Amino acid sequence: MSDPSELYQSVILDHNRAPRNYREMPEASAQAEGYNPMCGDQLKVWLRLDGDRIVDVSFQGSGCAISKASASLMTTAVKGKTPAEVEHLFQRFQRMVTGQDSGQAEQDELPARLVVFAGVREFPSRVKCATLSWHALRSALGGGRERPGPGGG
Amino acid sequence: MAPTLMATGNAAGSDLARLRRDFPILRQSVHGHPLVYLDNAATSQKPRQVVQAEADFSVLENANVHRGVHSLSQRATSRYDGARERVRAFVNAGHCDEIVLTAGTTAGINLIAQSYGGSVLRQGDEILLTEMEHHSNIVPWQLIAGRTGARIRVLPVTDRGELDLSRLPELLSTRTRIVAVTHVSNVLGTVNPILEIAALARAAGAVTVVDGAQAVPHFPVDVQTLGADFYVASGHKMYGPTGIGFLYGRRELLEAMPPWQGGGGMIQRVSFEETSYAPVPARFEAGTPPIAQAVGLAAAIDYLSALDWAQLRGHEDGLVAQAAERIAEIPGYRLIGTAPTRVGALSFVLEGVHPHDVGTVLDLRGIAVRASHHCAQPLMRRFGITGTVRASFAMYNTLDDVDALVAGLREVRQVFGG
Ligand SMILES: Cc1ncc(COP(=O)(O)O)c(C=O)c1O
Repeated sequence: MSDPSELYQSVILDHNRAPRNYREMPEASAQAEGYNPMCGDQLKVWLRLDGDRIVDVSFQGSGCAISKASASLMTTAVKGKTPAEVEHLFQRFQRMVTGQDSGQAEQDELPARLVVFAGVREFPSRVKCATLSWHALRSALGGGRERPGPGGG
Repeated sequence: MAPTLMATGNAAGSDLARLRRDFPILRQSVHGHPLVYLDNAATSQKPRQVVQAEADFSVLENANVHRGVHSLSQRATSRYDGARERVRAFVNAGHCDEIVLTAGTTAGINLIAQSYGGSVLRQGDEILLTEMEHHSNIVPWQLIAGRTGARIRVLPVTDRGELDLSRLPELLSTRTRIVAVTHVSNVLGTVNPILEIAALARAAGAVTVVDGAQAVPHFPVDVQTLGADFYVASGHKMYGPTGIGFLYGRRELLEAMPPWQGGGGMIQRVSFEETSYAPVPARFEAGTPPIAQAVGLAAAIDYLSALDWAQLRGHEDGLVAQAAERIAEIPGYRLIGTAPTRVGALSFVLEGVHPHDVGTVLDLRGIAVRASHHCAQPLMRRFGITGTVRASFAMYNTLDDVDALVAGLREVRQVFGG
């Protein structure tokens, strides 16, 4: 890859400029923060559950285009999902951005709006940016035992 | 011998081209573009003379130091001590015993904080830091402050990115024991007036610890003229190897300091009841030191010493000035740090684009910059930002590199609009 637009797809740029569900949620049933000590990016994710379903999810924070767009697209992808479904999506997403998936067929099972992040696999230093919001969401859902990442400089 | 530099040239300039041949790493492509290495403040590249010296030592002379009667060990010892002498001359210390070879700047500051700080600091004493310090000149002081009950105070930075010296008299109190300050900011490039600060500190009864990591690659340092009590730096930022650095300490201070780490090489006599310690500097060099790296550091000093500092400075300043002037044309550009005396680093933000994204787009053009908080989060907070893009220059950079940087930033603007 040497064309920036392969990484920075127009969908990503759009969600960076105008992130969706970018708001606090006073009536949230759970919330969690994500912090990347390597770059100082931080964000907060709120969600509201109705029974076993996420009926609302939002985020706020500061970060690069990849982390902001990823958070924004994540919120649009997980609304209406159960925690188990979110976990499944996350696992697929993580495999894609780390280049561990088996290729196109596996990517096809992800919603198209998440596949725009496939280019991240070429940039190992940016994987954390793409997954920061997902880690926060999982910890808000009480799943995903997160260990703090390596220290920053 | 290292070739001389032209004042400011492009790679075609024959002196600069010759110098660049000493750095084979620069001759490679990244993402299909010629590498433009502008991350020198993180670590500089090493000339082949340094790599060769280290390799020759490992291949032909390797042995432990100070331990053997055999010839190889004696040769290794004299190479290691030779490195110490080279460092002494490099910073014009009065005596070799005032030079401790360390693992780098961070190790040096921790040594001073634990050993000197640990023995002089009392409850309520003060350590004065500045708002532009690297985390490695903050955290070691917090650790020792926590242990001794000392208090940390902070000299603020002005909007231009200079130390606010008008606040110094009020911040230097009778309780101040240590003033720890960077010679050159790794983010802003600001050169701090150490001479003046050290004199004021001395008058207040405090010692001055100078973090010289970003100074020694750019201009000659004379610790005696500066009046610094301690001065530390890293080999890898001055064209030398990683894993080696040095600490200068005034002899009376070092001699009064207890060891920090214990082990072999730093003792006089050991029994289970009592151990007496070696004189300085061996007292502070427990265990087998980084010997090959010390040899590499000596080679780096030889390389730098063969250059004309004034020419080097002129060349680097020319590049920074050119870059600052030309990047200023890019919409939304804001330079962070506009002090008149700066070297090496140029930090900036582009409105609406996160530094990381700038860094990635530049990387796709083969341009290596650093995009982060640069281990100076308090300074970022001071400027109300979370990070900057930092282009940092070295002797081998060219006007072509500046062109590439400016073109790369134009592309960033295209990708992200604005
Ligand atoms: C001003 C300053 N101080 C200290 C350090 C730490 O140096 P090292 O990591 O070599 O110990 C650096 C380098 O990052 C620096 O720029």
